[in-house]
Amino acid sequence: MKILNAARMGRCIGCHSCSLACARLVHKRLSWDTAGIRVESAGGITAGFEARVCLACDPAPCVAACPTDAFTQRKGGGVVVKRSSCIRCGACAAACPVDAIYLDREVNPFVCIHCGRCVAYCPHDCLEMAPGRGEGGEPSREAADGA
Amino acid sequence: MEPRTSFKVLVVHCDTGRSEVKANWSVDELVGGSGLAAGLFAAYARPDAPWDHPDQPLIFAIGPLTGYFPLMSKVVCAFVSPYHGQYAESHAGGRLALALRFAGYEALVLLGRAKGRSALAVGPHRVELKDAHYLWGMDALATGKAMRRVFPGAEGHRSILRIGPAAENGLAYGCINVDTFRHFGRLGAGTVMAAKNLKAIVVQGEESQEIPEGKAYPDLFRKIYRDLTATPMMSKYHDLGTPQNVIPLNELKSLPWRNMTATSDPGASGISGERFAEKLLLRNTACSGCPVGCIHVGMLRKQFADEHQFAYYKVAYDHELVFSVGSMLGVTEASDVLDIIDEIEKQGMDAISAGVALAWATEALQRGVVGQAETIELLSFGQAEVYRRAMAHLGGAANDFYRALGQGTLAATKIYGGGDFACVLGQEMAGYATGEAFFTSMGLGLRHSHLDSGGYAYDQGNEVKDIAKAVGYLVKDERLRCLLTSMVACLFSRSVYKEEVLADCLNVLGYAGLARDLAGAGERVQKSRWKLRFDWGYDPGKVSLPKRFGEIVTWRGPMDADYQQGLRAAYARAIADLGKGGGQGG
Repeated sequence: MKILNAARMGRCIGCHSCSLACARLVHKRLSWDTAGIRVESAGGITAGFEARVCLACDPAPCVAACPTDAFTQRKGGGVVVKRSSCIRCGACAAACPVDAIYLDREVNPFVCIHCGRCVAYCPHDCLEMAPGRGEGGEPSREAADGA
Repeated sequence: MEPRTSFKVLVVHCDTGRSEVKANWSVDELVGGSGLAAGLFAAYARPDAPWDHPDQPLIFAIGPLTGYFPLMSKVVCAFVSPYHGQYAESHAGGRLALALRFAGYEALVLLGRAKGRSALAVGPHRVELKDAHYLWGMDALATGKAMRRVFPGAEGHRSILRIGPAAENGLAYGCINVDTFRHFGRLGAGTVMAAKNLKAIVVQGEESQEIPEGKAYPDLFRKIYRDLTATPMMSKYHDLGTPQNVIPLNELKSLPWRNMTATSDPGASGISGERFAEKLLLRNTACSGCPVGCIHVGMLRKQFADEHQFAYYKVAYDHELVFSVGSMLGVTEASDVLDIIDEIEKQGMDAISAGVALAWATEALQRGVVGQAETIELLSFGQAEVYRRAMAHLGGAANDFYRALGQGTLAATKIYGGGDFACVLGQEMAGYATGEAFFTSMGLGLRHSHLDSGGYAYDQGNEVKDIAKAVGYLVKDERLRCLLTSMVACLFSRSVYKEEVLADCLNVLGYAGLARDLAGAGERVQKSRWKLRFDWGYDPGKVSLPKRFGEIVTWRGPMDADYQQGLRAAYARAIADLGKGGGQGG
C-alpha cells in the first residue's frame, strides 16, 4: 500500500491547504490541527516550513504503545486507526518519535492514514504518494530548508 | 452544523485585564468583516474623544466564510485613526484570520489602556495580559522573535501581532506587523495599539470548528479551489507578484518617480518584478488558507566586514513598496529597495507613507523649503543608504521635522510649506499615477486606499471622460469590495468570488438569509461605513488635491482640470448620499 511522503517541503508556502483538506475530508472538521498532516514553521515563518506527518514506520512504535489495539500495523507502513477502540490515553502520541500524532483537548489522536486526499490540495506539489515500505523503496525527503 | 445567527466577540479590557464574551452581534445585519467592524465601532467608539482616548476600541474582525473557503484569509482592523482622527479600516492576512477562527471568535475588541507596557495572549481557553516593559523600544522584527517565548503554552499554530518604535513614538502611520510579512499598514493602527500600552498580541488558534455534513461543502470547496488556482489572475499573483505592475505602469507613464516629478523612467528595469524574481526572490509564502502564495520574500545579503563576512535578511516586497521606496525615491537597484524596506519593517511604519513622505522631504530640501538642519541627512533621489538612515530618523522621531513628517506629509507642509508638491490623497498616495478617477477614488475614498475601489483600473480602461459613468463605477465597485471584505476575502480573489459564488458558499454553511440578500448586504455595509465617516466629521470638500496631481502627464496626455474637478464634486455628492442612508452606524 502506498504511503504519503512529504517529499518536497522546500517548496512549501505555508498555506495549510493540506491540513485543512485532511481535517475537512477525513475528520469532518475545520482545523489546521486535527489533521494527519500539520505544517509548522521551521523556526519562524522566515525559515520555511516542515510537515509533521507519519513516517510510515514498520513496525510502528505507536502500535506497540496502544493498549487497546485501536492502532494496528498498516501494510506498507503506518497505522490503521479504529476510533471506537480508542480510550484516549495518549500513549500513541508519546510513543511517536517525530511528534506526528496530534492530540486534541479530549486526547483524541489524529494521525495520517496515508489515504492521499491532501495531495491534490498542495499547490506546489510538495506531497506525493510513494511506494510503501518493502514495496519498492523507502520514502525520501528534503530537509525542511532544502531546495 | 447548526446555522449561526450571531457572531461571537471577545472584548478585552486592557486596563483591568478582564474580558467578556459577547454573542449578540447579528450575522444577517452586520454580515462580518467590514460590516461587523463598523457595527462594533459604532457601538464602542466615542466621537467626542480623541483617537488615543483609552475608551476608543481597537477592533479585529473576520467573517462568516473565514477559513471555510480558500483565500478567505483576511482580517479587518477598525480604529480611530491618529492620521485623521476619524473612523479607519485597515486589512491584513498572515495567520491571523485562521487563528481568530480557531480561537473561536469572529472579532476581538480591545478597550482601555493597560496599566503598564504589556503583551496580550488570547485563545479559545486563554486571555492573559502580562508585563512586557522589556520589549518596549525593540524593533518589530526582533519583537516577533522574542514573542515566540513570552507566553509558554502558546507554541502551536498562532499569529503574532506587534508594533515597532514608530508606533511607540506616536507616528500617525505606525503599523501593526502581522506574522513578519503582513501588516495593518495604513492610517496608524499600530499607534493605536501603542496608546493601549500593547507591544504585542498572540492569537492562539487551537480549537477545531464544525463543518456541514454531507458532500455539498467539500464539493463546493474543491470547485472553488480549482477555479482559484487555475485562473491567470492567480498565477500573476504568485509568479512575479504585484511588482509585475512596475514595467506596464512605467510604460503607461503612470508610475510616479522622484516625488512624482515624472511618470516614467528607464530605471524601472532595475526594480521590476522580473528583476526581483531573477536576482533576489528567495521564496514565496502564503497567508494561512491561501494556496496562491503571493508573498514574495527577497534575500538581502550585506557584507559587514572586509573579509567575506555576510549577514542575510529576508525581506518581503510588493508593488506598493517598490513604488514608495523605489521609484518615488529614485532608487533603481532592487537590493537597495529591500535594504530600505528592511529598515521600515524594523521601525514598524507604513511603508507607503514613509517612502512618499521622504520623497516630499527630498524635493523640499532641493527647493530650499527645508534645510539639512531639519532633514539631518542630505536627502537626494537615488541615494539608498541616505534613505535607510532617514527612515530610522523618521521612525525614531529624531527631531521636530521628523516628528512633524511622522504626522503625515500635509502636517509637515503646514509648518514648513511645500504643500503644492505633497503627493497626498487623503494619506500618502499609492503607486498609480493613472489619472483623475484614481486620484478621486483614493483622495476621497473611505480608507484613502488604492483598494477602496478600482479607480486605477478605470483610468486605464476608459479614455472617454464621462463623470457619471466614472462615479457609477467607483460606487458600484466599492460596494462589491465591501461584500468581499465582509466575508473576509482577499481582494485578489475577486474574479472568482462573484456574488453568486458567495451565495453558494453562504448557503452551504447555513447562512441562508445572508445568501438571499447579498446585494442588500453589500449596500448596507457600504452605507454603514460612510455613515461612520461622516458622523465623525468627514468633509470631502476639505480633502486637498495638491497641485502636483494636476501637473503630471500620463499616456493620455496632461491631466484635465475640469474633469478632475467635476469628478471630485460628483463623487463627493455620491458618498455623502451613501452616508445619509447608513444603517447601523452612529
